[in-house]
Amino acid sequence: MSTTTALWALFSAALVGLSYFAILALVIGLAWRLLGYLRTPMPLPTAVTPAPTSDAGAAVRVAGDVLIFPALFRADKALWVGAWLFHAALFVILTRHLRYFTYPVPGISVAMSSVALWAGYLFGLAALYLMWRRLALPRTLYLSGLPDYLALILLGLIAGTGILLRYWAHVYLVDVKAFTLGLLTLRPVSPPQHPLFLLHFVLALALMIYFPFSKLLHAGGVFFSPTRNQPYEIQKRAKR
Amino acid sequence: MAKFDETPIVKTPAVAGVLKPPDLREGASASVKCWPSKPKDTSQIDLPPERVPDWQTRGVAALGDLLEKNQALRVFMDICVRCGACADKCHFYLGTGDPHNMPVARAELLRSVYRRYYTAGGRRLPQANNAAAFDEKMLELWYTYFYQCSQCRRCSVFCPYGIDTAEITAAAREIMCAIGVSTKYVTEVVAKVYQLGNNLGIPPAAWKDNCEFLEEDVQEQTGAAIRFPVDDQGADVLLVPPSADNFANTETMIGYAKLFHVLGVRWTTSTYCNEGGNFGLFLNYDNLKKVNNRILTAARMLGVKTIIWGECGHAWRAGIFTPALSGPMEMFDPPYPYHISQYTAAMLRRGALNGKLDKSANDDKIVTYHDPCNPARAGQLIEEPREILRACCNRFVEMPASTIREKTFCCGAGGGMLTDELMPVRMAGGKPRAMAVKHTGANFLATICAICKAQLPEAMHYWDASVEVGGVIQLLGNALKV
Repeated sequence: MSTTTALWALFSAALVGLSYFAILALVIGLAWRLLGYLRTPMPLPTAVTPAPTSDAGAAVRVAGDVLIFPALFRADKALWVGAWLFHAALFVILTRHLRYFTYPVPGISVAMSSVALWAGYLFGLAALYLMWRRLALPRTLYLSGLPDYLALILLGLIAGTGILLRYWAHVYLVDVKAFTLGLLTLRPVSPPQHPLFLLHFVLALALMIYFPFSKLLHAGGVFFSPTRNQPYEIQKRAKR
Repeated sequence: MAKFDETPIVKTPAVAGVLKPPDLREGASASVKCWPSKPKDTSQIDLPPERVPDWQTRGVAALGDLLEKNQALRVFMDICVRCGACADKCHFYLGTGDPHNMPVARAELLRSVYRRYYTAGGRRLPQANNAAAFDEKMLELWYTYFYQCSQCRRCSVFCPYGIDTAEITAAAREIMCAIGVSTKYVTEVVAKVYQLGNNLGIPPAAWKDNCEFLEEDVQEQTGAAIRFPVDDQGADVLLVPPSADNFANTETMIGYAKLFHVLGVRWTTSTYCNEGGNFGLFLNYDNLKKVNNRILTAARMLGVKTIIWGECGHAWRAGIFTPALSGPMEMFDPPYPYHISQYTAAMLRRGALNGKLDKSANDDKIVTYHDPCNPARAGQLIEEPREILRACCNRFVEMPASTIREKTFCCGAGGGMLTDELMPVRMAGGKPRAMAVKHTGANFLATICAICKAQLPEAMHYWDASVEVGGVIQLLGNALKV
């Protein structure tokens, strides 16, 4: 066995180990954080009004917050456009990525094929806009710290390497799928020997590990915001 | 009085609907601080008389305690992405330009301490994770800027996750209380409530005198014998007004009396609890609860059927807490808790005031309505005051849409800030509201909050908006034919 082969075997094993670690960190970390929110009581009514007066209404309000960011629309139209496109494109990309992890591939992932091309570029552009905005406005520049830049840079690098993989240094889908399905079926195999793919993959693992311990947690935390998910049901109404 | 840059932030608020963020002026309001509390007051409200020796440890422990008890705080510590959507929505930032007055920067003062002691990353790599120790410098920033927040929640309306800085400010103040750091103004007021039943420290005898004086006054004006009952055992309604209505905003008090008189309702105030405004909100949970419990106690003592909260913003915030905070209200007639605006609007809808209103009595006024923060953003009271104003005024105009309803601007002195030493910040914070009022050309600014009624005349004068400030019920009282 040559040195190169030995090193590659070692790297493969490490990558497989890191993959499982990242999956566990994401799942357990996220569950731990969100269960923490869930078990913490909210003793006093705290809905920001005007608020819906029923649980169903509050659910609609939260769903609206998650899907169309109405508060951000009220606050800053340009930021709303940038942030919404950023998240919508991310949703398309993630859905499209399902095809790397599933067999047979779900319909939604197939259906995204026509827009996935644009979503990739859009995501990159939106990330650039968000970064530009952070640096350009005196108030956001004042507010932004290392974690804020780090999250954007990490997502931007993943997007950049992803776009290059798709349109420049092509990686064979069959190789990728053999690797990812191997991981998911607990019969891991060697990853494709493709430096750019490996970089893309490692960055994604880093994101998964970072996710539950960073501000990216807003993705789960938004469901637990009492000012938005509480109905206003304080007053007992009765016939007088 | 120190002055801030007075370039109007809102030049044409209605047309553009946009408030331009000011230039950052670091430390612009850093020197404006509340007077510290005195042992004579803190001793009466279960607070340490001075800063405790092990304040750092105890402060950090108090934060940990709150994180276990308050879901909003816990979630809000983690999920902010620092997008800055809230930054230019705070009246204190718009008025002072001090970056610590951006809601997100204010919240970061607490978040950085949270990260330092309660997150793995912040403990190990504080600098890389925006974490900071709870030290002398941090406490100084807390004491300054958590008392330059009026807990108005305007930022929450614009936050994509609904992060409510009021919740964060309240937590920071609660922690400071626990370690013996509090303000003279708030502690003095709460101590007065326990001694005399109200924030202004009006003794029972003086309260009765004032009521008798008002009876004579109204009789002279209208010829009608309108009563201002005090401690009337067995009355149907207990009115819990802000005590200022009996003292400074007497026109509002007259409005209540005329309304009940016309409706033929037997009502009363209580000298045990003649205060709605709950300054416990600005201090800690224990005092919030203790002050609020007094309302139910007074109602039980007098055997009333229902409690009606008067025109006071912080009273209503605590009022809606009542069933959760002070126990069940089943012994009272629903709906409860009940606000005077809701009651009046219900009477109008039912036709109980048909033919009893002469709108032309308010024709000398061009009225605009200032939504106080708590009724609008915590108490679902947006339509009712407007319904009342439309029913009793011919000339009612609205301020620009970006400054009313749930987007209303604070008067600049809520949340325990109605004290003289904060005057520069209060005037700066009143600027957006004053600009919006000026834009309407109104000459009467109606509102339903006693703190607003104390702050707005000063802020309007400071920013050259020539309006009279008064209550919604005051205008209804003018129009009521007695």
